[in-house]
Amino acid sequence: MATVSDLNISEVKLSEEYVGKWGMFINQDVCTGCQACVAACSMENNIPFVGDEDSGYGRTMNWIRIERFWEGEYPEVKMTQNQPMMCQQCGHAPCEPVCPAFATVHSQTQQLNLQVYNRCVGTRYCANGCPYQVRSFNWRDYKRPEPLPNQFNPDVTVRRRGVMEKCTFCIQRIHQAEDKARSEGREVADGEFTTACAQVCPADAITFGRVDNPESLVSQLTKEYQGVRHLEELGTLPNISYFKGA
Amino acid sequence: MAEKNKSKAEHAHDEHTAEHFRQKHLMLDPLPRGQMNDMVMEAMTGKPTWKFWLTVVILGSIVVYGLGYSWYRLIAEGLGIAGVNRPAYWGIFLVNTVFWIGISHAGTFISAILRVFKAEFRRPFTRIAELMTTFGLVQAGFSIFMHLGRAWLSYWLVPYPNERMLWPNFHSPLSWDLLAITTYLLSSTMYLFLPLIPDLAMARDKSTGWRKNFYRILAIGFRGTEGEWTHLRNAMNIFAYAIIPVMFSVHTIVSWDFAAATRPGWNSTIYGPYFIIGALHSGMGAAAVVLAVVRGTMKHMDYFIRGEHFDAIGKLMLIISMGWAYFYFNDYIVQWYGGDKWTKQLLHFHEAGPLGWMWLAMLIVNIAIPWAILWNQKWRSNPWLISIVGILINVGMWFERYLIVPVSLAINRMPFTWRLYIPAVEVYLSLGTLALFILFYVIASKLIPFIPVWEVQEGQLAHKLSKFGRETVVTVSELE
Repeated sequence: MATVSDLNISEVKLSEEYVGKWGMFINQDVCTGCQACVAACSMENNIPFVGDEDSGYGRTMNWIRIERFWEGEYPEVKMTQNQPMMCQQCGHAPCEPVCPAFATVHSQTQQLNLQVYNRCVGTRYCANGCPYQVRSFNWRDYKRPEPLPNQFNPDVTVRRRGVMEKCTFCIQRIHQAEDKARSEGREVADGEFTTACAQVCPADAITFGRVDNPESLVSQLTKEYQGVRHLEELGTLPNISYFKGA
Repeated sequence: MAEKNKSKAEHAHDEHTAEHFRQKHLMLDPLPRGQMNDMVMEAMTGKPTWKFWLTVVILGSIVVYGLGYSWYRLIAEGLGIAGVNRPAYWGIFLVNTVFWIGISHAGTFISAILRVFKAEFRRPFTRIAELMTTFGLVQAGFSIFMHLGRAWLSYWLVPYPNERMLWPNFHSPLSWDLLAITTYLLSSTMYLFLPLIPDLAMARDKSTGWRKNFYRILAIGFRGTEGEWTHLRNAMNIFAYAIIPVMFSVHTIVSWDFAAATRPGWNSTIYGPYFIIGALHSGMGAAAVVLAVVRGTMKHMDYFIRGEHFDAIGKLMLIISMGWAYFYFNDYIVQWYGGDKWTKQLLHFHEAGPLGWMWLAMLIVNIAIPWAILWNQKWRSNPWLISIVGILINVGMWFERYLIVPVSLAINRMPFTWRLYIPAVEVYLSLGTLALFILFYVIASKLIPFIPVWEVQEGQLAHKLSKFGRETVVTVSELE
């Protein structure tokens, strides 16, 4: 009998078989919702500040956001746990095949979803395809008042209006670490570098690392806490595991 | 004596029947060829009245403000001045794209499918319908380019050789959209032009001054020899058959824009045929409106366009409305039965959300009103009544696309981002495309013979009244 794995389609893999490269483990139990990751991400990646008017209309530009909901009917309401949500760097991403210009592509070496800013024409189809709703669009050329232009990260492009952008797992840091390791003739060590959000998290709720290495901290935490992946049933093969105990 | 009287009465009865047929059917009411040519020429070349210029000025200023100035602002300032947001990344722009492509479908349907099936009532209004295809597709093209974040780079979607070996992504329905719409626009323009050649030659022979030169160039030397007619008929036949699959493919591909995305409500396998029947629904309604307006505003058109034509379009509208209702409820019930919790939420949002009135209005004007009015032959033969129904159907179909695009986008699998879409500058841009569509018709009415005279004359030659026993029937001889 034919099974899914018999089909000779390289893109289709069962989620149990799929192993990405870079991944995260997020412990929602310890997340305090302080939004430090949101601020750090904005600074690391030159994300513009859209102002309160656009922000209130649903045009916030954050590559990571903290989600929180009310649960239950009125007298018995309780707050859900804080849920940091960013690009899940899917192994089989719904945003990739829909881009007509190849601006959203899959990196074979890094196993990440890349956004090629200067190839993007702004159809916003990828954002409609994304079930996690984590893509931000540059609705305008947002002004950066002084002294904000002085803190630009020189390793990251500044995007103009009409371009889609999203979390890259701080790919500039990945490249830096890899280049350094290569020049010293060794592999990148676990914990040698981390993403901006994981770096600033005061509660260590975010752990970043190699998920294809079972010895890495992120793999061990995922295994120990039996982390779950969001909307896994869609076959997106996300690379971020969440843990919610309480 | 009695026998003589009887035959006289029978003769009078025949006369009466013939007169009745003549009044009712254009094909049985022939006029001399020269007179008919003159009528069409007069309708076209008549000196424009102040009403005409006023219409042109009003429409022109809406186009300049809506399409010119507003689009300039959109490009200069970015999509921030439009109402699109997260999660409604696509707004009225895509609603209009689907809407105008839908409008353009009726032209091909009337002109190609009815030609292939030899539906004789199509003859006087094929041209008007073909113009609708071309003009509607131009608006669809505008709408799709407007919605791009960086419209000035839209040529990157075209597969052209370049030194970086970069090609568009052929996995994406949007790439196919571009190819399909371009193919459809080119083929429908050629298909508009082919049956136009004999009429342009007629206009060339009957006009003077700049018009003579204009039509001489456009008629590409057509003289009406037997060989030319054979070639023309062959070409038209090939195009009529070839353009039908193109028409079906265009709206199927447009539906894939939605069906291929992982989105509750969009990810539906029936979207292809559902979109096509929806396109025909709005297109037929628009055709009825355009015909009524042309008949009401242009000279001699009440001879060419009669109650029988509205009757025929009305029947098509009724059937298509039933088809649309079937596909709509099929789509709805399958999605509901699927039981996905987000889809259920979305369906509930459609009906009971802040735009629930739109959902209800859509069902009333797309199903209830056509079914209530179009079953009656007298009512559907009335140009004004049927054009009101046509306008209502178009409003309903626009609502349907509005529900599919921004309203369905408002609900997704991440409740944190749920948000309503409020249109802003898109409204001006939509009005601009609508005004441009009407303006194209207004200008074309002075440049292009709206009635395919040769086709009407050919039909009139082929039709005659014959008697079978005591019954007078219309017979059509095989043409071509």
